[in-house]
Amino acid sequence: MTGRNVQQTLRVNPIACDSHGLCMELLPELVAADPWGYPIIRPGPVPAELLPLARRAVTACPTLALLLIRADDQADPPQT
Amino acid sequence: MGQQGPDGTTRQDQHGQGRLLPGDGTVDLAAHLDLHGPPPFSDGRPGAVSLIDQVDKAGLTGRGGAGFPTGRKLRAVVEAGRRGGAMHSQVGTVVVANGAESEPASRKDRQLLSQSPHLVLDGMVLAAEAVGATRTYLCVHAAAPGGAVQGGGPPREALGGPLREAVVSRERSGLNRVPIQVVEIPGGYVSSQETALVNLINGGRAVPTFVPPRPAVRGAHKRPTLVQNVETLANIALIARYGADWFRQAGDAEAPGTALVTVSGAVTSPGVYEVDLGSRVTDLISLAGGPAADPQAVLAGGYFGGWLPMQALAGLRLSQPSLRRAGASLGPGVIVLLPAAACPLAETAHAVAYLAGQSAGQCGPCKLGLPVLAECMQRIAFGRPGRDLLGSVQQVFALVAGRGACHLPDSAAGLAAGTLAVFEAEVRRHAEQGPCPRVNHPQVLPAPDLVPA
Ligand SMILES: Cc1cc2nc3c(=O)[nH]c(=O)nc-3n(C[C@H](O)[C@H](O)[C@H](O)COP(=O)(O)O)c2cc1C
Ligand code: SF4
Ligand code: SF4
Repeated sequence: MTGRNVQQTLRVNPIACDSHGLCMELLPELVAADPWGYPIIRPGPVPAELLPLARRAVTACPTLALLLIRADDQADPPQT
Repeated sequence: MGQQGPDGTTRQDQHGQGRLLPGDGTVDLAAHLDLHGPPPFSDGRPGAVSLIDQVDKAGLTGRGGAGFPTGRKLRAVVEAGRRGGAMHSQVGTVVVANGAESEPASRKDRQLLSQSPHLVLDGMVLAAEAVGATRTYLCVHAAAPGGAVQGGGPPREALGGPLREAVVSRERSGLNRVPIQVVEIPGGYVSSQETALVNLINGGRAVPTFVPPRPAVRGAHKRPTLVQNVETLANIALIARYGADWFRQAGDAEAPGTALVTVSGAVTSPGVYEVDLGSRVTDLISLAGGPAADPQAVLAGGYFGGWLPMQALAGLRLSQPSLRRAGASLGPGVIVLLPAAACPLAETAHAVAYLAGQSAGQCGPCKLGLPVLAECMQRIAFGRPGRDLLGSVQQVFALVAGRGACHLPDSAAGLAAGTLAVFEAEVRRHAEQGPCPRVNHPQVLPAPDLVPA
């Protein structure tokens, strides 16, 4: 389980997010706005070619609410 | 049922109700030790069967609502403790017993904690030994006025004191290998979600936090933390003593053991019943004295569950997998019988409004979406809903489900959307003729006046 090949997913920490909307501007391929301006993330692992853009969006989020997380990190046990 | 205790006698016959609630009244420490003996610590004995293996073999699942396999949670904490290396193995992991029972229609944890406190406390210290914990917390709600369902059990404010006394009584007998701290948690429904408990213990507010990190990896005191419902822990205490095979003598293959179920609403004898998992839902209703009025549906699983019309109950088994297949859930063991004289749409509208009011207001979609959902349900129940309104519920469902830090928005949206599906005919009638007088029936589903976290 070394870092390299582990797929990443994009997630929003909904507690930290205050709907700045930067992520939607920087990464419209994966992030859309809901009617209140909060980000809706396209589910599934981030395609390799979008990873640089995704990293840029993560760094740009003013409240550090956008996260790249190892796709296997939501495994066992799930949040209940 | 007739499970064999270690002494070969039939627990059921000897002690009345069952494994977890052996009779009426409190089992004090002396009576508890008479009944079960001291907690069987393994003390690292070579060859001692590991408790976690026993729990796996028993097939125990969490009794706090989600029904997750307990053995896997125990292992996750052990592994995270190991990964933490020397630091963690020196200071240990943490066990949190969740006895808050925020679900408004549930009373089983209060009943368990007041009648069999030492079974829960044994479960805590045994689980602590299994996962290498050096601290344990038992969380119950602080005083919560009003709104309680019928069915016995002490009011919430009575729990903290007696539990502290129970803990102290054990200290004298050396039964607490690890310190047990009773924590009274403030606030409402979401304050007992596992990350909220962890956050409170860490000196923050009792509100959910974002995961990762999950408590099993980094929880209380930044250490791997096992959060387990109190009934789950009481079962661990029994499995440690009597083993997995004994545990499986109750229940069925896919859902072993017994469950404490709070039965309320239109039944003759509402209360908490311990039944074998996999028994019939209709038998449980009979156990609770049968319907007290012409029944129309059952809310199974509480506010994280769903409605089942009476026809759906024929032959239906009471267990998490069986009720999930039927479109509801066992949740923390909640069955509410809705009388025909009440309006299911109005009942759900009240419940959804209650859930919306319990939002911690931290996450945009939850804070902004649940009031819209509650408003839609209100208009569907008490107005003449057009297609647009029904469409709105589906839209809000899609907008809030899975988008909070905790599952509150998912459950509120699931309950609302599920209700519209199950009671499609009622919805159509409301659309054509508006509500009928049943909307004025006194509310059956409880919505306690809790101050949200
Ligand atoms: C909003 C919310 C409230 C919860 N309240 C409780 C509760 O009062 N008691 C409980 O045992 N679990 C509650 N849970 C579930 C806990 O987060 C956790 O999954 C549970 O305590 C784990 O125990 P178990 O695996 O033994 O069931 C709640 C979950 C949510 C999302
Ligand atoms: S940039 Fe950050 S704060 Fe802004 S909407 Fe995206 S995730 Fe939320
Ligand atoms: S989803 Fe709602 S209740 Fe849960 S943490 Fe976010 S705001 Fe609070």
